[in-house]
Amino acid sequence: MLTLFSGLALVGAVLMLFLREPMRVALALITTMGSIGAIYGLLGVHFLAAFQVLIYVGAVMVFIVYVIMLLEVREQITQPRYSRLLVPGVVGFTLLVGVLGISVWRTPAARVVSGSVAGSTTDFGVSEFSVAFLRDYWLPFELTTVLLVAAIVAALAVVRVSRKQHG
Amino acid sequence: MLLGLSIALFSLGLLGVIVRRNALIMLMCMELMLNGVNVALVNAMVDNRATAGGVLVFLVFVVATAELAIAIPIVLLLVRRTRSLDIEQYSDLKG
Repeated sequence: MLTLFSGLALVGAVLMLFLREPMRVALALITTMGSIGAIYGLLGVHFLAAFQVLIYVGAVMVFIVYVIMLLEVREQITQPRYSRLLVPGVVGFTLLVGVLGISVWRTPAARVVSGSVAGSTTDFGVSEFSVAFLRDYWLPFELTTVLLVAAIVAALAVVRVSRKQHG
Repeated sequence: MLLGLSIALFSLGLLGVIVRRNALIMLMCMELMLNGVNVALVNAMVDNRATAGGVLVFLVFVVATAELAIAIPIVLLLVRRTRSLDIEQYSDLKG
């Protein structure tokens, strides 16, 4: 089951590189995110699965799909799909995968447990997690609010700039 | 296996950001990279029974949402200027 959803996530991610229409890329990304949510659920981290579906698939992807429909800029079919950086990109991709794969491969097996450990479920309830979140990690939580305020102000500033340009 | 999935998602997202020309698709590939990081964090959390991984995953959620909230208006502005989503058209941003 875990393998199935991992494969589905990978297929979605690979399709994102090859599809041309932005809407289809968005659908592939939704597939990937949904499978990742299913993986979280299978690992026993149910609240993270719920938030993955709620925030990513529910909010972020709906936002992106909405923007795609709003823009509706038609690409000419003759336009190349990839930028000039195709060859350096693929070379860098190969190098990155190689370095990361080798470093994971060389780590002692005790530290890289294969994820699907049996019996590691039901330990991560919402209550335990939220207590840890708000008692031990309250400072990152508060800093998050600062980040959100900064994001709102920045978005408003961008809108203001566009108004000034277009009168 | 999950660590491998995380590496694959992150690298594919990075490749997409470098290689694709469409600005919106580049943004989606960035989301894919963040998802790969999240998979690695959840893997570490389940393996080590540490709640810090979950906290970090939530912070990544927030960062991803804030990033989109700023990036999408910028893309909208650029599209309004150039009538195109092609990043080659934005080369006057080079300065």
